[in-house]
Amino acid sequence: MSNSPRVPSLAGVAARAPQPAVVDRPAKIEAERLNFYYGGTRALQDISVRIQPNVVTAFIGPSGCGKSTFLRTLNRMNDIIPLTRAEGRVLIDGTDIYGPGIDVVALRQRVGMVFQKSNPFPKSIFDNVAYGLRVNGMAGSRSELEDRVEQSLQHAALWEEVKDRLHDSALAMSGGQQQRLCIARALAVRPDILLMDEPASALDPIATQRIEELIYNLKHTYTIVIVTHNMQQAARVSDYTAFFWLGRLVEYDRTDKIFTNPGEKLTEDYVTGRFG
Amino acid sequence: MTETATNATSARRQLMDLGFQVLALLVLCVALVSLGALIADIWSDGGSRLSWNFLTGFPSRRAENAGVWHALTGSVFVILVTAVLAVPVGVAAAIYLEEYGGRSVAARIIEMNITNLAAVPSIIYGLLGLGLFVRMLAMGRSVLAGASTLALLVLPVIILSTREALRAVPPSIREGSYALGATKWQTVWYQVLPVALPGILTGTILALSRAIGETAPLITIGALTFVAFAPDSIWSPFTVLPIQIFNWVSRPQAEFQVNAAAAILVLLALLLTMNAAAIWLRDRYQKKLG
Repeated sequence: MSNSPRVPSLAGVAARAPQPAVVDRPAKIEAERLNFYYGGTRALQDISVRIQPNVVTAFIGPSGCGKSTFLRTLNRMNDIIPLTRAEGRVLIDGTDIYGPGIDVVALRQRVGMVFQKSNPFPKSIFDNVAYGLRVNGMAGSRSELEDRVEQSLQHAALWEEVKDRLHDSALAMSGGQQQRLCIARALAVRPDILLMDEPASALDPIATQRIEELIYNLKHTYTIVIVTHNMQQAARVSDYTAFFWLGRLVEYDRTDKIFTNPGEKLTEDYVTGRFG
Repeated sequence: MTETATNATSARRQLMDLGFQVLALLVLCVALVSLGALIADIWSDGGSRLSWNFLTGFPSRRAENAGVWHALTGSVFVILVTAVLAVPVGVAAAIYLEEYGGRSVAARIIEMNITNLAAVPSIIYGLLGLGLFVRMLAMGRSVLAGASTLALLVLPVIILSTREALRAVPPSIREGSYALGATKWQTVWYQVLPVALPGILTGTILALSRAIGETAPLITIGALTFVAFAPDSIWSPFTVLPIQIFNWVSRPQAEFQVNAAAAILVLLALLLTMNAAAIWLRDRYQKKLG
């Protein structure tokens, strides 16, 4: 297999030589010429990218550029939208998740997801975290279930705030707490990859900071892919950044390079705020 | 100059606003007053006849001895069997159509037909019940035949209201469940149904309230006969309150008219109890979820 990522050619944009830093380890997630369609509309065009394990990769780009769509192809969340179609390959640990015989339910347990708008179930805090364990049959006994719920809440830095009201409704929590609960819920089923779709876009600066600290701490255990509208956030939390524009991947490189010395004019215009 | 013009427009707009409010209030009054007059009229006709003996009495040739026990128990029994038959089938059908059916042409044709079925006159269901349940399946003029007929009648309404309730469940809850590796069935059973339950209960009880007042389909299957006892099994012959009312109203003696008015009050009380139960259940589950 070739080690060089296929950078799509774009009108007026020349393909660049890959940066060694991007390719020196086996990829955790690898997309190969991925196209995605909503009905007759092509939302992703020939996306090829190699995402490294145990780092934070940020997807940036203007609204409608395909970054969320691409994120949702990585756990096949788009499957539940009618009339959608993916072409090409997405390899996770070398296995094509769009290949025949793939168990989508097992895939989604391995590739967790946190959504833009926090979506706790209308149940207790405990039951929110326990749900994934229960449906996947991952806890044998009540005490094991309780241990894993506590562990997950601790990983999401929420345990101290909620340990005395585990059986209260999750809907009574603040917005930032709800989003951390959704992260705890995703961590409970022990995924290796965590996808985050603008996880802090609806939160105030303090809650956002807590989520960002959490992302920093979690990347040692998980491979994290985060979609964000906020370029400062991408610069703060990510190690690698991919810039999407009109359904294409324009540039993918180390975050510091994207923000200080991008290879493409289009990237530079976007990160310096000239459009988007 | 412009300011005066703006003030004039603003005054006219506020007048229009007030006018519409008054109009809406008047229309509401017309509806409430006619309903109130109807109930007051029935109460003045039959209120004096209401007594424990009337509730627990059986039909009689003498109006002052006649009661509604056989019809009241018949109504309750028939509606319970109707619920047992129609609710599981209706809810399951709605879950299939909403969660599994997709947006295919076939699904849309089925949906259109169910909407049409909900609007079919009830006497047509009576004819179907007579042909299918009473004759072909040889159930006779039993509680089971009556309940099966009413179950067919309310099924489209239950399916439609359940689909509405399922559709009102936020998609983010489904996504959250799928993203944790839940199967479709687990998502429906553990997340979607509990959230939709108050809506399903309300729709179902309102559909059953409609069925309890139905007369035509049950007359069609032959429930308009002299029944002197409360039904004791699903194979018993039966009568229901609306049929008893119909029966008494069609007699020439004034005393039976009084009985009919009193029976209408019993039927109204039964209906109000069911609707109150619907509201109570909805509030209870909504509180639990909130």
